[in-house]
Amino acid sequence: MLGLIVITVGLGPWVWPLPAKLIDLGARNAGPGWAHPLGTDQLGRDLLAQLLAGGRVSLAVAGAAMIVSISLGTALGVLSGMFRWLDGPLMRLTDLFLALPVLPLLLITVALFRAPLSAALGPETGIFILIVLAIGATSWMSTARILRGEVRALMARDFIRAARSTGTRNGAMITRHVLPNIIGALTVSATLGVASAILMESALSFLGLGFPPDMATWGRLLLDGTAHLGNHPGRALWPGALITATALAVTWLGDGYRDQNDPRHHAR
Amino acid sequence: MQLHTLAFFVAPFITLASTVIPAHSSDAQQGRDGEVRILYWQAPSILNPYLSGGIKDVEAASLVLEPLARLNPDGVMTPWLATEIPTLDNGGVSADLTRITWHLTPGLTWSDGSPLTARDVQFTFQYCTATDGACAQKDKFRDLISVETPDDLTAVLQFSAPRPYPYGPFVGPQTPILQAAQFADCIGPRAPGCTEQNFAPIGTGPYTVQEFRPNDAVRFTANPNYRDEGKPAFGSVMFKGGTDANAAGRAVLETGEFDYAWNLQLAPEVLDAMAARGKGSIITAFSTLVERITFNMTNPDPALGEDRATLGEPHPALSDLAVRQALAMALDRDVMTQIGYGPTGRTTCNIIPAPPIYASSANDGCAAQDLEGARALLSSAGWVDSDGDGVRQRDGTHLRFTFQTSTNAVRQNFQLLAKEWWRQIGVATELRNIDASVFFGSDPSSPDTMQKFYADIEMYAGASDGPDPASYLGQWACGRAPSPDNAWQGSNVARFCDPEYDTLLDKLTQTAGLAERAEIARQMNDMLVQNYVVVPLVDRGRVSARSNSLAGVQINAWDSELWNIAEWRRVTP
Repeated sequence: MLGLIVITVGLGPWVWPLPAKLIDLGARNAGPGWAHPLGTDQLGRDLLAQLLAGGRVSLAVAGAAMIVSISLGTALGVLSGMFRWLDGPLMRLTDLFLALPVLPLLLITVALFRAPLSAALGPETGIFILIVLAIGATSWMSTARILRGEVRALMARDFIRAARSTGTRNGAMITRHVLPNIIGALTVSATLGVASAILMESALSFLGLGFPPDMATWGRLLLDGTAHLGNHPGRALWPGALITATALAVTWLGDGYRDQNDPRHHAR
Repeated sequence: MQLHTLAFFVAPFITLASTVIPAHSSDAQQGRDGEVRILYWQAPSILNPYLSGGIKDVEAASLVLEPLARLNPDGVMTPWLATEIPTLDNGGVSADLTRITWHLTPGLTWSDGSPLTARDVQFTFQYCTATDGACAQKDKFRDLISVETPDDLTAVLQFSAPRPYPYGPFVGPQTPILQAAQFADCIGPRAPGCTEQNFAPIGTGPYTVQEFRPNDAVRFTANPNYRDEGKPAFGSVMFKGGTDANAAGRAVLETGEFDYAWNLQLAPEVLDAMAARGKGSIITAFSTLVERITFNMTNPDPALGEDRATLGEPHPALSDLAVRQALAMALDRDVMTQIGYGPTGRTTCNIIPAPPIYASSANDGCAAQDLEGARALLSSAGWVDSDGDGVRQRDGTHLRFTFQTSTNAVRQNFQLLAKEWWRQIGVATELRNIDASVFFGSDPSSPDTMQKFYADIEMYAGASDGPDPASYLGQWACGRAPSPDNAWQGSNVARFCDPEYDTLLDKLTQTAGLAERAEIARQMNDMLVQNYVVVPLVDRGRVSARSNSLAGVQINAWDSELWNIAEWRRVTP
């Protein structure tokens, strides 16, 4: 299903050629029909085209932000789990980040870096990078905590001691023994991250910190649509359904992946 | 049968139109219509307007406390507790414009039966201007140095400087008369502590407070000593606060639980759907709240550092009148009004659209969209797309603008429409929306405030406080431009600077006489609009809903919406 969503969204313009930003004042608030399979919004923009265009942005943001946050989280989690002397400082750092109020932090980040990044890379790419980094940098903490716990439990297991006694170096220890054993927790974290990144992006856009209002994303379509839930439910339901479907699909993917690759799972 | 149906539909309109004429003879009994239920989705927290600037508090208190004069729905001043409006002609205003004399109507009493005297007017002045007091309406009493009481029914207001428009204090629901006897011990710092007084003031109005639960509800009962025999028709008022605009609209228009709901700023389609249920109707009133686009006359380029967006640095493109005019011509204001506000807004070409005497007719016809004309204007001014990227340029300056506004569904729709139209005339726009609390927050440390205007174009709404536009027009004085020197607090966000305008403004502050003042105000309005400093888009109305069984309602955008609640009555719809 994820594949289907990704392919459809990726091929967007070939699947449905109408441009997402086209304003057609003659076809405002149109219901589903041949010209507009899912109807149009209050400015006569085609909902299907917007969903496809929005999907590309949302999936790209979610994927990229997830990679940033998982890399940070894994690095910190594994390091503090394996090395006692790093545990204290790294976990206090995690506490610090958890204690920081996310929204004011993002406000400052956006205020400081928005203009220079937009100038250097163009408004859309600049904001894309900013949002990905902002979401990634403020959502790695739970991953780090979970993985630290997993790694510490692992370090007390016999096979790790055995590996150590045969002189396995730290780097090899991480790649050969630790990472394969925490892959389950890692994938679960990652999949949850994808879903929350989509929603986080929409919240940011809503507050004016995210993409400009003319750039469709699923989150923005959902927020815009909720006001019309009474008379045009499709406008909120379609983007909502796509966010849910994506989150579910990613979670199942993670589940399936864990079932295949978790060594503990095989042992049972 | 047919006749009956016709009467059924026409009846509510007839009763609405005939509100001025008392529908019942004076022997009709007070309180005959039972209870009226009013829903304000912001709940009142205090019933003393001198301690709160909130509209909800002021309007709730207006059932009890009354001023000397009010503005009627047409923005015309109407004597309320006074016998007439003092003017130069009737001798009420002195020739040097520093004294104004009010005469109270004889025989008025407070709801406790004691007489209303000029001493109460004097006390109210002392109450609001007491040292260490936190009076919310202090601004209205600016320059007022004393109130003298030559006799029980005469109050003479003495100002320290000439006041061509002296109707600030004691006019309108913000500055009603308080009872001296009740508030005598509540002067200055003690004012906020007088809970009993602030929660149940004694007034001259049609109702008295029976029970007040702050931030929840107020129950009013009819004032037995009210001056008009047989009024009010409703014996009690249930004034409920809370929920939101959507739920308030439903409560009147769909379920009929309430008779009146205040301030329903909802999407036009949503309002129409609610009104279609036939339980009530939507009522609107227009004053001066105008949604407008403002151009930045100064350069917001971050490369300028400290001098960014200050008067010394003119904007490379927007300082050209042709560009501003073309941008305005490309907008279809009728479509914007229709999409954004429906029946609750009307297209306007003036920054001062009302009252009628102040509204200029020199800009009529501005609303028609003219894309072809806009393109021709830009081309003739030398702005052409020479590199074929779809964006016009001149001497290396491209017509690429940042357009910012607060986060609000209607405003984002307007942004999208403007961007599309401007694209068609060869102007590229980057849109930004900023959280309303930041955008309107006027925090000098934030780069995203309306005043700092670190963008090329912005959109917001503004209104004149009262019908006299002097202080409102003063917002565009050159000296009011926000800059680092005044911590970015100025009101002239466009940084418009024209000595001629400032001269007119000085003239306005020295001219008495309504007709002369209106003449100058119209000239100033035309200067702003014809220089395309601001592009007025929509005159936004106040929107409320009333049940079909409620008659006598005259929504008022200049005063409290409940200003004539004494005339309200029940009818069979």
